[in-house]
Amino acid sequence: MCRSGRHIPPIPAGPVTARPPIPAHPHLGVRVAYRLQRALRPNAGWRWFSARIEASGPARAAFTGAERLVKQDLFGCRMCGQCALPVTGYVCPMGCPKELRNGPCGGVGPDGSCEVYPAQACVWVEAYERAASQGRAADLRLLHRPADNRRWGQSSWLNYWQGRDEGLWTGEADERPGADP
Amino acid sequence: MSLRERLASGGFAVTAEISPPRGASTDPITRTATLLRGWVDAVNITDNQGSNVRLASWAGSLAALAAGLEPVMQMTCRDRNRIALQSDLLGASALGIRTILVMTGDHPKFGDHPGAKPVFDLDSVQLLWTLRTMRDQATLLSGRTLDPAPDCFLGAVENPFAPPVEFRADRLGKKVEAGAQFVQTQFVFDVPAFGRWMAQVRDLGLPERCAILAGVGAVRSMRGLDYMRDKVPGVYVPDEVYRRLRAVPADRTAAEGVRLAAEIVEQVREIPGVAGVHLLVAGNEQAVPGILDGAGLGVGNDGR
Repeated sequence: MCRSGRHIPPIPAGPVTARPPIPAHPHLGVRVAYRLQRALRPNAGWRWFSARIEASGPARAAFTGAERLVKQDLFGCRMCGQCALPVTGYVCPMGCPKELRNGPCGGVGPDGSCEVYPAQACVWVEAYERAASQGRAADLRLLHRPADNRRWGQSSWLNYWQGRDEGLWTGEADERPGADP
Repeated sequence: MSLRERLASGGFAVTAEISPPRGASTDPITRTATLLRGWVDAVNITDNQGSNVRLASWAGSLAALAAGLEPVMQMTCRDRNRIALQSDLLGASALGIRTILVMTGDHPKFGDHPGAKPVFDLDSVQLLWTLRTMRDQATLLSGRTLDPAPDCFLGAVENPFAPPVEFRADRLGKKVEAGAQFVQTQFVFDVPAFGRWMAQVRDLGLPERCAILAGVGAVRSMRGLDYMRDKVPGVYVPDEVYRRLRAVPADRTAAEGVRLAAEIVEQVREIPGVAGVHLLVAGNEQAVPGILDGAGLGVGNDGR
């Protein structure tokens, strides 16, 4: 990963995963996922905890590694560092071979399969079904800003608790698509 | 009259499609554009469609412009990152290409360079949003200002028939929110299904903000139809359409295909909120006059 130039990430990135974008079926029920979402919402406690973790290099590396293990298993996480799961029915959009954060594309098969990996379900079809099953279909209408490719390998949980994820998506189309550089 | 003016005037718009040649000459585009001039309001110039290398969309657009036909420059997210895409819009606008169609693009797997690196740095919604911001706020994605800002009329595509069907109107809504001023749909062979999608589109109030052009194609041969049905992602051909075309002898398939296309044009024209048709006839442009005459939209009928 290139570290030269003036755009040095504020947080050192972890090892970048080599896993290509392939649709992954989530192994966590959507109801449980939304319940966890409530428990993990940023608050003073989580902010304090994440600041403590970030204060130490080894602690951050260990925490990021643990996040990778957990989320790889549950969601096929590729560690983009800017998690969209809370508004995609807990189906990872970075598993889409086109990495669409505003999917699905028009190539979905009649059975809901991915056009690139026909043996897999389209992540956005699953996202819609899971979100709709819990009355959260409106989440899919949010506009997602372009991903920041400097964040690959980072812990998205730490980013989330530290408030660095706040501009990832919006319903306010009048705002600029680019988050502040 | 430009496509933008035609749609603003409430007239029924017709667009078609030219796929640039695999070679270093714009002559085939000039020939086809000359053939289509007077029949259609504007013509799409595809961007390496199906992930196959062709002459660049911007070059083909310039050739159409020189031949007196408004180009709709297609821009996919497959091959260029956000730097190149923004730079291309500036270049296109500076050279007089003012109508842009944004799409995600086919995956490289389906083309002649399956080992190519898929870029997909932005998706179609993000690219529309970016281009609109460049135009309306004279601002790049980075926040830097542009002087002067580009001028563009922004289009998008949508597939009303692909799962999740209940979400497809909402997805168009996202594109309209991001900046789409017109949309061309995937092939409409199933008019009732298209009508159901249009009802949802109307419920969201989208036709007032974005002109809806229904995609209509002319089937040339059963082999072509089989290919489209089995190999082109996102094309749905109902059984009765398939049976109807199979029922005629092989030498009359093309004529029946034109007749079917003309009927579909007439049917979608009756659906409230449909502002025009997009004829998906790349490689078969000579079918355009037959389709439009058959649908009562030929030269002279509509002052085009």
